[in-house]
Amino acid sequence: MSLPMAHNHRFCAPAANPPPETNERSFVKLRRIHTRGYLNLDHQFDDAAGEAVFDATIAAGEKVEPRDWMPEGYRQTLIRQIAQHAHSEVIGMQPEGNWISRAPTLQRKAILIAKVQDEAGHGLYLYSAAETLGISRDELVNMLHNGKQKYSSIFNYPTLSWADMGAIGWLVDSAAIVNQIALQRASYGPYSRAMVRICKEESFHARQGYSIMLALSRGTEVQREMMQDSINRWWWPSLMMFGPPDAESVHTAQSMAWGIKQYTNDELRQEFINQTVPQAQYLGATLPDPELRFDEVTQDWLIGQIDWEEFWAVVKGNGPLNRERIAHKVRAWEDNAWVREAATAYAAKQAARRVEVSA
Amino acid sequence: MTYEIPELEGEERAVATGEAVGEWPLWEVFVRAKRGLNHVHVGSVHAADAETAIQNARDTYTRRSEGVSVWVVPSALIHASDDSAAMFEPFEDKPYRHPTFYEIPDEVGQL
Ligand SMILES: [Fe+2]
Ligand SMILES: [Fe+2]
Repeated sequence: MSLPMAHNHRFCAPAANPPPETNERSFVKLRRIHTRGYLNLDHQFDDAAGEAVFDATIAAGEKVEPRDWMPEGYRQTLIRQIAQHAHSEVIGMQPEGNWISRAPTLQRKAILIAKVQDEAGHGLYLYSAAETLGISRDELVNMLHNGKQKYSSIFNYPTLSWADMGAIGWLVDSAAIVNQIALQRASYGPYSRAMVRICKEESFHARQGYSIMLALSRGTEVQREMMQDSINRWWWPSLMMFGPPDAESVHTAQSMAWGIKQYTNDELRQEFINQTVPQAQYLGATLPDPELRFDEVTQDWLIGQIDWEEFWAVVKGNGPLNRERIAHKVRAWEDNAWVREAATAYAAKQAARRVEVSA
Repeated sequence: MTYEIPELEGEERAVATGEAVGEWPLWEVFVRAKRGLNHVHVGSVHAADAETAIQNARDTYTRRSEGVSVWVVPSALIHASDDSAAMFEPFEDKPYRHPTFYEIPDEVGQL
């Protein structure tokens, strides 16, 4: 690929940010400079040559990397989206964590623990990607705690029965997969790589969920009812996960131009519906939509009207559990403060000891 | 999961400053997938010291035996090149460094 020349001909120019002292062993010093040495925010925001390189990179379908010049809007959109994605993974542990102690068998319990642990991992991959944009994780976590940044509304619904573990894995994780497979092609390198890593783990999530549903579908009358009740509650919120309809999705065009987004909300939603309806039929379950029908021409399953009023109510903080989810998260953070303090004190003590020995 | 939460009126945006906020340093993580391969950069973790950084890296990046060895490096100690086209462009115009540049008669055989 040949890109327009950036800046002047700076062959072997030194990195624009001064290298940090390399022989500094003191913990305190490291703390102060824990920004990435490979970030370069100094000449980010007013460089026409940088913009030309950025545009050419996007046009060529190549990835933008942390040290590259990027428009401020691109950086902010990504910080917001990646952070909210990370928060979703983290808050997403709560509805399923709710059932770990009540899993019906030891094996299901082990599986659920592993699944929830994966979601913690997904959150961490994503915070790590967000941090390459020059924001720190603690700042993002603060914004989650004080409500300035949100997480996916789906996690504001309660998990009322064991069948909900099946419905979440099958419906919610499958919806996430459809979305995340598309995001693997996102133009920002660290985000795209985090998506590749996450997608490798997600099919376990969807399959363990469907296997819970399969077991219930082959069970007693009461178990089949439990499955059906769960599907009734999770179907519509799962469809809402793809966001507002295209006509109302204000940022889609810009995100697509920047290569952050490859498909529209409605396209992804349709993809999910088409793959999910036959799976529901296999379970012998009914999807709670009397208008659901197959269109022979487009070969799509068409749905009735999504209740967008409910969607906006939950986004605005008035879902069944918005307040509880954040309160629980903040409580966990505060309850664990002593662990963080102890680790910090221990690290400082060890660092001081090493300085003494080397002196 | 769908992570595009619509923006509400008056929403405040996070601004990138590159400043560290919070307690623990950031560490870059490198994982050797199996013996015989290089360590490869996979992401980063926060930790108070190298020892816990390694443990966090193991839990975060090797839950499915993706690694047999982990390195962690304080992120602030990484030195990076200037990644402009100009930095690497001088190597683009030297096709004679590549074997395909030379035409060798078939009769010569393996070369
Ligand atoms: Fe996840
Ligand atoms: Fe998942």
